Amino acid sequence: MKYAYYPGCSLESTAWDFDRSTRALCRVLGIELVDIPDWVCCGSTPAHVSSASLAVALPVVNLQKAATIDAPIMTACASCYARLRTANYKVQNEPDERERVERITSAPYDGGVKVQHVLDVLVNDLGPDAIRAKVTRPLEGLRVACYYGCLLNRPPEIVAFENAEHPSSMERLLEAAGAKPVEWPYKTECCGASLSISNPAVISRLSHKLLSMAREAGAQCVAVACPLCQVNLDLRQADAKLAHGDLPDTPALYITQLLGLAVGLSPDEVGLSALSVNADWLVPSDPTATVSTAENPR
Amino acid sequence: MADTLQWENTSLVREVERLSGTPVGACFQCHKCSTGCPVGPEMDLLSSQVMRMIHLGQEQELLESRGIWLCASCEACTTRCPMGIDVAAVMDTLRMMAVDRKAAIPDARGEKFNRSFLGSVRRHGRVFELGMLAFYKIRSGDLFSDVGKFPQMLAKGKISLLPKRSGAAKQVRDVFRRAEEEEKKR
Ligand code: SF4
Ligand code: SF4
Repeated sequence: MKYAYYPGCSLESTAWDFDRSTRALCRVLGIELVDIPDWVCCGSTPAHVSSASLAVALPVVNLQKAATIDAPIMTACASCYARLRTANYKVQNEPDERERVERITSAPYDGGVKVQHVLDVLVNDLGPDAIRAKVTRPLEGLRVACYYGCLLNRPPEIVAFENAEHPSSMERLLEAAGAKPVEWPYKTECCGASLSISNPAVISRLSHKLLSMAREAGAQCVAVACPLCQVNLDLRQADAKLAHGDLPDTPALYITQLLGLAVGLSPDEVGLSALSVNADWLVPSDPTATVSTAENPR
Repeated sequence: MADTLQWENTSLVREVERLSGTPVGACFQCHKCSTGCPVGPEMDLLSSQVMRMIHLGQEQELLESRGIWLCASCEACTTRCPMGIDVAAVMDTLRMMAVDRKAAIPDARGEKFNRSFLGSVRRHGRVFELGMLAFYKIRSGDLFSDVGKFPQMLAKGKISLLPKRSGAAKQVRDVFRRAEEEEKKR
């Protein structure tokens, strides 16, 4: 299995642990990743709210570069994923848009490079059983709230690889790794995404709402698949508690970090030290033991 | 009065429909979009009210509203609208119109953030977070929020002191320039 890998800007900075754990997990699972040479920023939300032309052109530059690799694109960032898929959709369905973007990039593009999210690759191309077969440190009984947020599954005609309102790919993968995902109602609620910088007060309210519901449902930690969700639930967790009331510390881990630990990767190999809300209690010092579910006393 | 509703300032509806590529006029005010909006509590205008005001031609009130800048682009409204209206795209269109027409934007932090972010991409081909944040703070005057987080973010490797440039930075500058030319033609 081979993919053209598009890391995106977040995975070079705030989400370096998502990058490290994705690469390490893929290595263990036999998924080959070839970095797209000289990839550029997808433009993210600032492009699509500022310039309709740029919002298509920046992703297309990457799609054109990936075409040389002859494999589908895999990306881990939910925002990059949505932007690349949206650009393909527009190029395929809107002839004006295609002509415009070909003029801007001075190169032809037919919208044909397939774009997948790492979750899609893991659950559909590889399958939970392949993960189950590689588990050496089961996430025995760990109660996880799987949080999908907005961009992975919306709008469904462009991005979704599963039911947009009731996704279950993370639950299926984590169950294969021994965890006990909890049922909770806010799986696809938005965390405020890129308002993180321009309006942190909104983020505090939304993060607190999400974290308290996850706790109420019995979760000990949250699994995420998007750098914006992770920052808003992790780095901003302390602010959320200050503004809206105390809660037990609740780590927000990338799904690739949790699965990586389950297939035997070390805390360093999955970048556990990047978390603001500590999750070291997950990994007991005896390397053959199962993952611990005894949270740190605060 | 009896044969026609007076509300349609058709020029604004048509213009927003053209720019956003979605049938705003089809909105029948079910409010489903507003019900699922995560930032509803903070918004001065809910998305369904925005739709109605477009019908009514209330351009100035719309372009000067805070709400259009609070939209997090989560696409819940677009996904759930029974009329197939891409509500989130309408929010994008209104933000672009507000900037183009130099509307008095009540809280410019969102707009300054977008500008700082894209400026960074234009220079380096990729986002250089620290440079982007510095520009944002100078532009917005929002100097002190989050500064306390920088040492922790540096220690955890979440922001770096030097930009990671793309090898295609020059190509990106050309793309920005030509995209600007294309935007002028719309
Ligand atoms: S896209 Fe914007 S307007 Fe629509 S539900 Fe999300 S935050 Fe609200
Ligand atoms: S969901 Fe659609 S039809 Fe209903 S109020 Fe919103 S835009 Fe109008």
